[in-house]
Amino acid sequence: MHPVLKLVAQRIALSTLLLLAASVLIFVGTTILPGDVAQQILGQSATPESLANLRAELGLNDPAVTRYLAWLGAALQGDLGTALTNGRDIAESLGQRLGNTMFLAFWAAVISVPLAIFLGLLAVRFRDRWPDKLISGVTLASISIPEFLIGYVLMYFFAVKLGWAPSVAMINDSMSVWQKLNAIALPVGVLTLVVLAHMMRMTRAAILNVMQSAYIETAELKGLSTFSVIRRHAFPNAVAPIVNVVMLNLAYLVVGVVVIEVVFVYPGMGQYLVDHVAKRDVPVVQACGLVFAAVYIGLNMIADIVSILANPRLRHPK
Amino acid sequence: MNDQINHLAKRVTLGKMTRREFMGRAAALGVATATASSIFAEAARAQAPKAGGVYKMGVQGGESTNTQDPASWASDVPIAAGRAWGEPLVEVGPDGTLGGLVAESWEGSSDARTWRFKVRNGIEFSNGKTVTAEDVMRTIARHTNEDSKSGALGIVKGIEEMRVDGDVFELKLGVGNADMPYLMADYHLMIQPDGGFDAPAAAIGTGAYSLVSDEPGVRMALTRNPNYWGGDQSEVAHYDEVEVITLNDATARTAALQSGQVDSINRVEPKIAQLLDRAPTLSVRNVSGRGHYVFIMHIDTAPFDNLDLRLALKYAINRQEMVDKILRGYGGVGNDMPINAAYPLFDNTIPQRSYDPALAAEHYKKSGHDGSPIILRVADGAFPGAVDAAALFQQSAQAAGIPLEIKREPNDGYWSEVWNKQPFCASYWGGRPVQDQMYSTAYLSTADWNDTRWKRAEFDELLMSARAELDEAKRKETYSKMGRMLRDEGGLILPMFNDFIDAVSNDVMGWEGDPNGPHMNWYSFKKTWKA
Repeated sequence: MHPVLKLVAQRIALSTLLLLAASVLIFVGTTILPGDVAQQILGQSATPESLANLRAELGLNDPAVTRYLAWLGAALQGDLGTALTNGRDIAESLGQRLGNTMFLAFWAAVISVPLAIFLGLLAVRFRDRWPDKLISGVTLASISIPEFLIGYVLMYFFAVKLGWAPSVAMINDSMSVWQKLNAIALPVGVLTLVVLAHMMRMTRAAILNVMQSAYIETAELKGLSTFSVIRRHAFPNAVAPIVNVVMLNLAYLVVGVVVIEVVFVYPGMGQYLVDHVAKRDVPVVQACGLVFAAVYIGLNMIADIVSILANPRLRHPK
Repeated sequence: MNDQINHLAKRVTLGKMTRREFMGRAAALGVATATASSIFAEAARAQAPKAGGVYKMGVQGGESTNTQDPASWASDVPIAAGRAWGEPLVEVGPDGTLGGLVAESWEGSSDARTWRFKVRNGIEFSNGKTVTAEDVMRTIARHTNEDSKSGALGIVKGIEEMRVDGDVFELKLGVGNADMPYLMADYHLMIQPDGGFDAPAAAIGTGAYSLVSDEPGVRMALTRNPNYWGGDQSEVAHYDEVEVITLNDATARTAALQSGQVDSINRVEPKIAQLLDRAPTLSVRNVSGRGHYVFIMHIDTAPFDNLDLRLALKYAINRQEMVDKILRGYGGVGNDMPINAAYPLFDNTIPQRSYDPALAAEHYKKSGHDGSPIILRVADGAFPGAVDAAALFQQSAQAAGIPLEIKREPNDGYWSEVWNKQPFCASYWGGRPVQDQMYSTAYLSTADWNDTRWKRAEFDELLMSARAELDEAKRKETYSKMGRMLRDEGGLILPMFNDFIDAVSNDVMGWEGDPNGPHMNWYSFKKTWKA
């Protein structure tokens, strides 16, 4: 087998194993939470008999291992069960929410990743001069301000004062793509500001690191322009750390944007998860946990594979 | 001048200005009487209901866990949408009088034990099925059933027998209750086909709108039911479509209203209400309700078992200061009893207790308390501004020489670990439509939610006698006696009744305050229209 294929297969196998381990953790974590599901459903009106009845009905009296295997088996077949709180099919509601989250994350990534890399390159080109300082200053400021505050500020100016974009980023199936894009303009703006600095700084640092190498000096000496040096010689060698940071930020865009969802009333997965955690709706929490873990592990796996492919040294481990 | 006259005309349309006022102000602006008169006529005409349009409410209190099963409703979003697709037997009007919905008329026996509700003739559910008395009985039966986990269980559990007699639904209570029809107005008791036994969350009811899109925690959309029994769109429920949008974040809610994405919002924070009201396109509408913020003492636990100590604490709280600083004036002072003028049969001659540090110090001395700090447990979630209110309480008590120690508790688990468990804590009550229900929920010896441990046989007897009494003067007297007992001896410190504060776009006409709940008791979709 080609060594690269073998490496990729290894990575995928490892990720699957990791996901399985995460599923165990999720299951154990939600099981040892104080106050069980039956108690949560009944709330203040719980009586010992109704608790016992409900526990039996929900199968909470079975041993944990049996419940885990049953859950995992069903989840692998795409059956995530029904929500305890409103009796809806989890796979269906989750699928819709996940789709929305991906939609938002996709557009935020489409704007922020090229922008961050471009700004990073620009900062390297004008290292220690005013464009570099301006880019660093602005992006660092935007990452330091809490995201909900950026959200409110954008909302005040662009929704309330200027009326360019709606403050409520609600999307549904009856909207055209253009309407949807208009609806998510503000949250995409905030997310871009939040993830920009991280990726841009890493691009800058990685490329500067490479720029100190002898072969860059050679390239400069043979008369290449600074941008060509960066593009042809520095960037390919700096790609691994950049891809890693980009993937971490993409993962954040998928799993960590609950605050933005609340502020802009966006029907994504974060709000869905938080609501169900508050109601101790364990099947939904488990399903969300599994999806988040899969996204995280998946994106990191892609980052690993891309770095390996981009860097010959990693392709031939000693 | 044009702006000013337009502004005045707007106020006329909103019903905030009379003809006499308008003509006076217009004359002051130098507008000829004939011109002013025609402007007034036009503005007043805008008051006449207009059919059509989409009405969007931005509502705090929705989760992705919401369902359309009325038994499960506990927060505002499902209640608001439910009011649009469903109807209970009766409704309580803004003036406290009862009106019929699914029930056309009703009557009680002389002992108030048997109640007969006549079902409105020939009305249909939104699925086209005719409503029968059987459906009504099955609905009530479902809520009476322990398994339904219904929020209305406490209301219907006094029913001993139910039967159908033609188009009449008859129920028999174990103990007479003159307020029974009021209790049937509860929002959980939406009449459903076959009581909703087979499909509790199908959202089929007799309401003016039918549910077309249900995204829990995001949005619920409804369209006008063309067969609504109450009349066509020019008479009632004027909008073509109604949307209930979940907006849990306060800033998002006000921004959505300001940018015109929604037409009205609930739960405006008192601290921004005045600022928001200055915006030219919207008005803040507040109405004093029955909800109240409280500090509760368990009167069976030391040191609160000492009447003098309780009185000392009651005199040591500055009610007016709390209304001014915590509610920013959007509320009224309390009188250590859970009843205020928003309730029918309220006795307004009961003297108002006010802040008196000298009297508080006297009672404190008489109580013989050892001077150790009295622990008051509080969390942000107890009521909005609870922590600040506790700090104010601590200071005003300090002035009377009473040491209070504030212990902050986490919001998470406050209602299961602190409230109704710890002897002294902050809490809130949403109020109930009638005095009987408020007292039975929290001040009857046997009540589960008796959060002050107020257990007096005499009080229970008064409550039962008032419940079955059909003579209103006598009931009022009994309720007054009960209120006084609670005020003077109970474990309840009630500094303030909070207003419902809504904000409404000026395009929305016909808005009026309803003390039964926010957003005209969630009937705004039915009673307002767009200019």
